[in-house]
Amino acid sequence: MILAGFWTGMARSLLRAMIGLAITSIAIVILMFLLDAQLAGVFELSVCAGLITVIFISTVSVTKPMNNKEIIERTESRIKRFWPLPLISIVGGSLIYFLLSQKTITVLSNAGVNEPDVRTILWNLRHLDLIGQIVIVIAGAFGVLILFREIKNK
Amino acid sequence: MIGITSSVFWICVGFLAALSIAGLYCIFVSNNLIRILIGIELIMKAITLLIVLIGKMIDKTAMAQALVINFIVFEVFFITIACGVILSIYKHTQSLDVRKIMNKKNSEVSNG
Repeated sequence: MILAGFWTGMARSLLRAMIGLAITSIAIVILMFLLDAQLAGVFELSVCAGLITVIFISTVSVTKPMNNKEIIERTESRIKRFWPLPLISIVGGSLIYFLLSQKTITVLSNAGVNEPDVRTILWNLRHLDLIGQIVIVIAGAFGVLILFREIKNK
Repeated sequence: MIGITSSVFWICVGFLAALSIAGLYCIFVSNNLIRILIGIELIMKAITLLIVLIGKMIDKTAMAQALVINFIVFEVFFITIACGVILSIYKHTQSLDVRKIMNKKNSEVSNG
């Protein structure tokens, strides 16, 4: 799982990075299922591993690919820039582990005893969020329309 | 901890830390606009996992899932708009390299 995250950041080709991103999403979905968040996991799998990967690949396919000379130059500079990433991750991870293991994590003992279903929360308690989602989707659709119209006109 | 085993908790914490560091490193080191977006996406995934993990820790999984669903919608909106803006920049400059784009912008400003 962690390797997929590193591969996403360090992969030479953008397409490989996107495949790494999709694999990272799938790893997160597995963790979500382990944490009993099935509905969120299904959303993550269909939207983040599927739709976002498609959006990224469409964007990359529109842009011009690099030639061999550029690829070799980029690879050399990328190796120089990205080699500290595993090292920094190990040091950072050890630091976070050390800091967290020093603290006792307190939890609410009576929380969630009568917690309603996720659908009830989403439709009854968080309905304003749904209105916000609708506004965001409409704004996104208009934003993409305006951007692509501008590109077409140029 | 309620309803969560220690091993799953530490796996999630390790994964969260690795994803956040990889995403931040990707943002700070990379010069390609799409790669920077991938870094942001990695951090967003770490945040998604953090919400679910905290929801499980306080035994409010349903509320956490509702928040995650909202967050995923926002994530898609953000990525779509960002990809549109990147394509627009590419059409103007024929490049996705931040340095080239900045050079072009500076030369345009200096030429008036």
